[in-house]
Amino acid sequence: MPQSSSPTQPFDPAPPGPVPQVSAAESPAPAPISPSPPFARAASPPQVEDDALAQAQAGDHQAFAQLYSLHKRRIYSLCLRMVGNLAEAEDLTQEVFLQLHRRITSFRGDSAFSTWLHRLAINVVLMHLRKRGLALVSLDEAMEPAPEERPGRSFGAADLALAGAIDRMALERAIDALPAGYRLIFVLHDVEGYEHNEIAAMLDCSIGNSKSQLHKARLKLRDALRIHSRQEARR
Amino acid sequence: MTEDANSMSCAAFQAQLPELIGSGENIAADPHLRSCELCRALLADLMTIAEAARQLFPIVEPPDRLWEQIESAIRNEEGGSGQR
Repeated sequence: MPQSSSPTQPFDPAPPGPVPQVSAAESPAPAPISPSPPFARAASPPQVEDDALAQAQAGDHQAFAQLYSLHKRRIYSLCLRMVGNLAEAEDLTQEVFLQLHRRITSFRGDSAFSTWLHRLAINVVLMHLRKRGLALVSLDEAMEPAPEERPGRSFGAADLALAGAIDRMALERAIDALPAGYRLIFVLHDVEGYEHNEIAAMLDCSIGNSKSQLHKARLKLRDALRIHSRQEARR
Repeated sequence: MTEDANSMSCAAFQAQLPELIGSGENIAADPHLRSCELCRALLADLMTIAEAARQLFPIVEPPDRLWEQIESAIRNEEGGSGQR
C-alpha cells in the first residue's frame, strides 16, 4: 500500500546514546491489578469518526474537537507510557493534535484513521526522544536496540519460572526500563491491545518483525522480573 | 539427550516462538515443549507477563486544560498564517 499520506517523514540516523529512563515516581499512581477480564480495546464509533473526520478536513473546528475527544485518551496514554512524565506527555499530546490539525487534509484513507494518527503520534514521540539526546532516533533504530540491551539467552537458565504472580509495580518499572523500541511494541500490543498487522502499519515494519520485537521485549521483561523476584526472595 | 543437543533443540524451538505465539496456534502440543521443562517455564512466564500487561489500565484521561491549550495553539497558528 502506498505510504503517500504518511503524516511524518523518516528520521535521519543519529549517534547512539543512553536508553531513555523513566522515573517511576512520575508515572500515574498505581492501582491494584483487577481480576476483571483482559482489557479490550474500545473502538470509536465508525460513523461518528467518519463524519467528524470529513467535517474537520473541511475546516470545522467543532468536528476537530470531536476527533480530539475520540482519540485523546489513547494518544495521551501512549505518550505517557513512552516518556513516563505527565508534563511531557501533555506537551507531546498537544504537539500530536497540532500536527494533526496541520495535516488532516493529507489523510486520504489509505489506512484506518486511528492507525494514521498513531503513526503520527509515534513519530512525534520519537522526535521528542531524539531532541532529548537519548538513544532513540528512528523507527529502524528503535526496532533494533544495541546488543547489550537485548534479552539474554533463555535456555540453560539455572532457575525456572516466575512465581506465577507478577508484582504490578515491578512490571511497571521493568516496562519503563525497556529500550524504547521494545517498549513501544510491548505497549502497543500487550497493553493497548493492537494486533501485529496494525502495529506493522503504524511502524512501517513487517508483521514478522513486530512479532519478533514483541517476543524480545517479553524476554527482556522476564529477565528483569526474575532479577526482581530473586532480590525479593533474599529479603 | 545430551546437554548440547537439548540446548540446540531449545534454541530451535525458541527461534520459532515469536511466530508460534503470534499465530495463536496451540503451542502446548509442540513435541519439544512436552519434553522440555525449561521451555515450558519460559512460555508460562511470557504468557503471565502478557496477561499482567493487559491489566495495567492503559487508558489515562488527559487534563481538561489540555484541549484549551491545543485550541489556543491552533488559534495562534491560524492567526499567524492569516497575517501572511
